[in-house]
Amino acid sequence: MSQAPESLTAKLIPIYIMGKRYEVPETLTIMKAIEHAGYKFIRGCGCRGGICGACGTVYRRPGDYRIHVGLACQTVVEPEMVLTQIPFYPANRASYDYATMEAVGAAVGALYPELFRCVACNACTKVCPMDVEVMDYIAAVKRGDLAEAMRLSFDCIQCGLCASRCMGELPQYHIAQLVRRLYGGKLAPATDHVDAMVKKIADGYYQQKIDELKKMSVDELKKLYTAREQEPHQAPELWKAKSAEGL
Amino acid sequence: MPYPEELKKLIKIVEGTRAERVARKKAGEEVPFLSLEQRKERLKHHPDFQEEGRRPLKVGASKGYAIAHEFADLLEARSRIDPNKVDLSRWDLETDVLVIGGGGAGSSAALLAQEHGAKVLLATKLRHGDANTMMAEGGIQAATKGDKDSPYYHYLDVMGGGHFTNVPELVERLVTDAPDVIRWLKALGCNFTQIEDGRLATLHGGGTSRKRMHYAADITGAEIMRTLRDEVRNRRADITVLEFSPAVELLLNEHGACAGAVLYNLETETYQLCKAKAVVMATGGSGRLHVRGFMTTNHYGATGDGVILGYRAGVPVSFLHTVQYHPTGVAFQEQAEGILITEKFRGAGANLVNVDGQQFVNEREPRDIEAASIILECTEKRKGVPTPSGKTGVWLDSPMIDMLEGEGTVKREFPGKHILFKRFEIDIAKEPMLIYPTLHYQNGGLEFKASGETKIPGFFVAGEVGGGIHGANRLMGNSLLDIVVFGRVAGASAGSFVKSKPRDGKLSLEHVSRYHAELEAAGVGMDRVAPMVLPDYTPADVKKKQWTAHYEGTLR
Repeated sequence: MSQAPESLTAKLIPIYIMGKRYEVPETLTIMKAIEHAGYKFIRGCGCRGGICGACGTVYRRPGDYRIHVGLACQTVVEPEMVLTQIPFYPANRASYDYATMEAVGAAVGALYPELFRCVACNACTKVCPMDVEVMDYIAAVKRGDLAEAMRLSFDCIQCGLCASRCMGELPQYHIAQLVRRLYGGKLAPATDHVDAMVKKIADGYYQQKIDELKKMSVDELKKLYTAREQEPHQAPELWKAKSAEGL
Repeated sequence: MPYPEELKKLIKIVEGTRAERVARKKAGEEVPFLSLEQRKERLKHHPDFQEEGRRPLKVGASKGYAIAHEFADLLEARSRIDPNKVDLSRWDLETDVLVIGGGGAGSSAALLAQEHGAKVLLATKLRHGDANTMMAEGGIQAATKGDKDSPYYHYLDVMGGGHFTNVPELVERLVTDAPDVIRWLKALGCNFTQIEDGRLATLHGGGTSRKRMHYAADITGAEIMRTLRDEVRNRRADITVLEFSPAVELLLNEHGACAGAVLYNLETETYQLCKAKAVVMATGGSGRLHVRGFMTTNHYGATGDGVILGYRAGVPVSFLHTVQYHPTGVAFQEQAEGILITEKFRGAGANLVNVDGQQFVNEREPRDIEAASIILECTEKRKGVPTPSGKTGVWLDSPMIDMLEGEGTVKREFPGKHILFKRFEIDIAKEPMLIYPTLHYQNGGLEFKASGETKIPGFFVAGEVGGGIHGANRLMGNSLLDIVVFGRVAGASAGSFVKSKPRDGKLSLEHVSRYHAELEAAGVGMDRVAPMVLPDYTPADVKKKQWTAHYEGTLR
């Protein structure tokens, strides 16, 4: 259960970290292989679970002109791969006043005029390690379709590889972040049930019940806990509890 | 690589019982929940209950309290700095509120402190957002649906999950602030999954009596984290973010109040003093200590630093003897080992089944019960599934979800995990996953109040670094909730504290000198250094060849 026991048994293969050859066990991810070689990460390593965007890595295979990408923490090493991490790439981010900003494409375009420098080369999509349709969400923003841009960009982990490859020099992932927030807070349907509950709590509707629970002995609490009614797994959204206790 | 032949054969057995299990699920027939008595019995198989893994602390405010060796080793260790050699008459940075930690709790605290008029400096070990928050998948609990749920039921569920040991005032705060947290996040632009009429979609989690788990596909934590981070960045006139700068010691002042921290620039290896009128500790958890050798779901920087710093300054710790093992970490593929498979899979209907294709536990028990049940199944009962690397696990039968909810559900609702396994040529809508418990959450930590305050004036705590909210065991979806509730609380309290014009005074590291003296008197720990800051994954044979390298703890 501890770290990297496989290094003792697995077959070693050569990889090239920034051009320099190291032999590493073939079962490792790029991240563990870099550590196996003797590097200690400060940059280029974050969640180690494929979601934080710290470890974007580009590599080439011998005899293959194409650029390949992967997250170092998720991608298994290949023999003869030549890799480098791109832990940081400069990309300007526009600050904005979220509360007053209008959720329309034109407002996004005003903050990021470079949006219209996109030449639809698709390099961004090709380089995305999360298979996000980057060029398509940029196109959606240009059309003013923020809902579609939100949906298409949802899996973005903001590693910045798109920005590193962009002919139009766009900071795509910052634009996508802005658009997702505009959609979520201003275009997505209102959630009246949440507001109603917030008000009920603020009005003290549940306070007496909660105070009673807080004062209860463990045995009394256990009784209530054991007897509490369970919403069945397959219950419909508008399921009603038999008991109105505590509601 | 796809499943090897021997595992494919075992998958056939799972497939053999699947139709029947799906039918039972549809009919609402569940494996009975354990009674409270049965739970107690089952927990004997949980690592928390095995005495050989822990020892009593020999120094500090919680002397005599037994916790895991890996944690005790760090609490019984000297500072990275020599307090006598630091010039405290000048400082490099000054701010109203210093927030230590750039995850969900720290970011929420920064926003609220700023809204209370404070200038904020947020110092974080790695990048802003490198935190367990980012990795939380399943969801965030809140009783938002008044027609069937309320803070009353949420309270009961939290207490039951924590085995009725939780601090009632903290639980009250957690459950009564929860709906407002959802409102706040939504208002900041968080995209929670909604159903047709606009209501937020909610699911069950382990130990919930009502479906109150809100989610954003299967990247709920990432959606919350990136939204909060983006808003912090919008307020850069008032909030400065300092990355790759972990705090390695707290500063107090001559009046005993917290007055800032010593920050360490990981890249230039320089130290900076940051003077502050209030400090919010929000450094998160400690999975990277690999307690008892377990794999972990936690991010690279989860080394429990905040607990060490706060404890040295005199804040007691509680509930630190309990560690949460997430029941379902990846056991195969080996390179994804330990990665979290969200509980939402079970909430959506996937069974846990053993090598015979049989269920052995209701999949909506609290996490410690689930973990203990899986460990029991794989050890004493010998019903585990052997992995190619010689470990064992059990099946999480994800294909059931498509059968229950319609084809395409797994791919739509769990895009992150679907992609992860697709890379291994495994389609989790068609084949089950092999899982085993993995270190997930630090249930305990520094003692604090419902206002975020601690026993040290000007020192506030938020998130996983604190202990008491979840008692001895946390329920799914209450961590994302906890960090935002108490991040906001601590930020607001710290902002108000600054407004109250706390007494300024000379900076001091006297508490560190005293702690060192205590270590020396007890004869422990002066040969170890803490906080750890980053875990050590450099292989021993490499280290042997680093002839001239000097390691201070795990850092070179």
